[in-house]
Amino acid sequence: MALALQTFSTVKDANAALKAAGTRYLGGGTLVVRAANEGDVSVSSLIGSTEPALSAIIVSGDKVRIGASVTMAAIARHPDLVALARAARAVGGPAIRNVATVGGNLFAPAPYGDFTVALLALDAIVSTEGGEKPIETFLAKRESNHAIVTEVGFTLPAEGLRFLKVSRVKPKGVSVLCIAAVLEQAPDGTVSSAHIALGCMADRPMRAKAAEKALLGKKLTSDGIAPALAVASDGTSPVTDPIASAWYRNEVLPVHLGRLLLA
Amino acid sequence: MAKIPVQFTLNGAEKAEFFDSGTTLLNALRDKIGDTSPKGGCHQGTCGACSVIIDGELRLSCLTLAETCNGAAITTTSGLSQGGVLHPLQRAFLDAFATQCGFCTPGMIMAAKVLLDHTPDPSRDDVVEALSGNICRCTGYEPIIQAVLTAARSNSQNAA
Ligand SMILES: Cc1cc2nc3c(=O)[nH]c(=O)nc-3n(C[C@H](O)[C@H](O)[C@H](O)COP(=O)(O)OP(=O)(O)OC[C@H]3O[C@@H](n4cnc5c(N)ncnc54)[C@H](O)[C@@H]3O)c2cc1C
Ligand code: FES
Ligand code: FES
Repeated sequence: MALALQTFSTVKDANAALKAAGTRYLGGGTLVVRAANEGDVSVSSLIGSTEPALSAIIVSGDKVRIGASVTMAAIARHPDLVALARAARAVGGPAIRNVATVGGNLFAPAPYGDFTVALLALDAIVSTEGGEKPIETFLAKRESNHAIVTEVGFTLPAEGLRFLKVSRVKPKGVSVLCIAAVLEQAPDGTVSSAHIALGCMADRPMRAKAAEKALLGKKLTSDGIAPALAVASDGTSPVTDPIASAWYRNEVLPVHLGRLLLA
Repeated sequence: MAKIPVQFTLNGAEKAEFFDSGTTLLNALRDKIGDTSPKGGCHQGTCGACSVIIDGELRLSCLTLAETCNGAAITTTSGLSQGGVLHPLQRAFLDAFATQCGFCTPGMIMAAKVLLDHTPDPSRDDVVEALSGNICRCTGYEPIIQAVLTAARSNSQNAA
């Protein structure tokens, strides 16, 4: 099956080309080209864009904007994005990270999408030509998005980003699950705000809302986090795949969430 | 079917070819150019046997479209030996019994070369991380890790 590649210098023109049937946007291609190699004939034409803004990383103070074409390798080595390096390095091996983009990760089905889990905990904003959306809203309806994602934006958390990926093969393996958390603590050590995002616990990254709520006002001690761990699996519907069953993922989630919160 | 003209250097030599649109670099190198050192193990990005170096970066040629390589400098394992003398990595792989069936070897050597180009004195963990996208069904990995560490040492001795 022949795949035609059309590259446009502007996002506007690429978006126009994406309106045609059988087209798909090409980021780093780790999922798109793989699908073509595996015989996916639903795509006959790939659309790319070389607009420079897509590859830009802009950090001003604690505000960060990352273009959708920025690769995991570029994030992992960026001196101002140390907080995200762990999540970027969680994606694939070195050769995958050299091409895997932020934009493509937003669309990666479970067990992929590790970096997006971090973006969800950061409450990132996802931009297209049409406007901006909170990442949670964007992910819920990502299938109906036909516009090119141009960038993601977020505020670097003062107390850091906690990130944990659990995989069977080290150092590079597909996720059993992954967890990202952004916590704020009051001077007395109690949690004043909690954003916890889970990967592989549904078909796409999701927030652990019940656990977030149960953490508020609690200290990060084994007793303090116990109520949050008890409800960690509320609302999950994990994938079952060759890496782990849905049952297993639910069983081990509280263990790993506990480790991340106490770390 | 549209044919796309593509020009790049392969191991320093200029190449200009017409490829069918959508041809992967792996198929382009093997079937059109005749460099069979990158191997097609999975065509899914999983095994690393197709690894090549594009403009200094490790890349999977099975997931790279040939037409995106216009103007690029591509290195493959077949370009490493000089005048019949093996590259230190190739020598070390042979000496350490790091190659058995040999299918993974060109990809492993590419991944190792990128590592040593940037980190001439790597730790064992650096080597493991650098090779983490490459699968070997024969050696159990340890001889490969040792070969890369040995090549790094022999490079630094040569440089001293
Ligand atoms: C061997 C292997 C290992 C992997 N390991 C991991 C892993 O550990 N963790 C992980 O999270 N992922 C993993 N992945 C999946 C994948 O590499 C990553 O999710 C990557 O970030 C996808 O980005 P991409 O640029 O390659 O996407 P592409 O393949 O280019 O695109 C994927 C999808 O997103 C759409 N898309 C891409 N960019 C945009 C945009 N800007 N706007 C709108 N739509 C867009 C495409 O049209 C396509 O539908 C792995 C893949 C492989 C092959
Ligand atoms: S053939 Fe490219 S990674 Fe296996
Ligand atoms: S030597 Fe056979 S796969 Fe590595």
